Amino acid sequence: MDPLESLAQWFVFQVLGLPQGSQIGDAAAFFFYDVPKVLILLAFMVFLVSVLRTFVTPQRIKKWLGGRGGGVGNVLAALLGVPTPFCSCSAVPLFIGLVESGVPLGVTFSFLISSPMVNEIAAALLFGLFGWKITAIYILSGLTVAIVAGIVIGRSNLESEVEDFVYKIHSSEVLDKSMEWKERVSFAKSQTADIVKKVTPYIIIGIGIGALIHGYAPTDFLAGIAGENSPLAVPVAVLIGVPLYSNAAGTIPIVQALMAKGMALGTALAFMMSVTALSLPEMIILRRVLKPKLIAIFAGILAVSFILVGLLFNAVAPMLIN
Amino acid sequence: MKIEILGSGCPNCKKLEENARKACELLGIKAEIVKVTDFAQIASYGIMSTPALVVDGRVKVYGRVPDVEEITKILK
Repeated sequence: MDPLESLAQWFVFQVLGLPQGSQIGDAAAFFFYDVPKVLILLAFMVFLVSVLRTFVTPQRIKKWLGGRGGGVGNVLAALLGVPTPFCSCSAVPLFIGLVESGVPLGVTFSFLISSPMVNEIAAALLFGLFGWKITAIYILSGLTVAIVAGIVIGRSNLESEVEDFVYKIHSSEVLDKSMEWKERVSFAKSQTADIVKKVTPYIIIGIGIGALIHGYAPTDFLAGIAGENSPLAVPVAVLIGVPLYSNAAGTIPIVQALMAKGMALGTALAFMMSVTALSLPEMIILRRVLKPKLIAIFAGILAVSFILVGLLFNAVAPMLIN
Repeated sequence: MKIEILGSGCPNCKKLEENARKACELLGIKAEIVKVTDFAQIASYGIMSTPALVVDGRVKVYGRVPDVEEITKILK
């Protein structure tokens, strides 16, 4: 037992005086262990990635991706999406900036897919709640989906499905100041404070709901409907997840609890990816630069990819987890 | 002086506008503060991460929200 876990148990059973082995006691012990653990991990990861982020500015991404063809460009774009922050507010300027500077459409999409899905917040939560194996599986399959979906979009000649004004913009170059190490660290510190403050409520709510599920839902209550042997569970999870607007911080703790109650690994992965990668509000914002057909293709390719990831891992999960 | 706040209207842009107003008050500068929400116009400044602060047509800060103190230094 690690010290954090002993501390949580001491707090719940001694200080709060909840009875050991009771439902409320189990739920509280789970909550008071997981919240501090995840927050510490999160602060650490966000700080490291924020330092890295000072080297990966949008201007440099534009330069690195400009003029790259399919394949290598898609891999690079998916990887660059990992340390790059992404909120739906900046999706459109980023999209315009990349396309306008000559980055191929498919490469741009690889970036747009990987950036919200594979990031340090998801990684910290997955690592804290699931361990390194599932974290690695999530990151690798997320990158693979971003690369493959980007290549498919790139090969489909969809350039005409981007709103015409995007190609007419001629942007001026913003000066990209290089930073001193001291500035990088102070930037990373303020980013860490900002991000941790922003996602903490989601983590508390997510882990809170997860704790209730842990304490009160009967073991295996999902094994029947969302277990490895129910073929419809994956598509249903993805169809619910694609339009749903939530973030990794709120979703991952709930999924972890659902998995403990019998949801299969593949179904859980497919659900987490579809929730984080795309949402209805994001599609509405992207409508400003993409014609409806391309948005539909984008959502469709992602949904199909996540279903495939889910089915694949449901098939191989027994080998991976044992 | 013309101050432009570039952004689609997310909470960060509102915070930036608020900070810019405070900075102007602090310095006693009479500036025209304009919000730019049109993506084509935002992109034409070369901005890829919002919000951004533009003073007299020059991009000063982008991709983060500077505090009142930092804006005061920029405006001086």
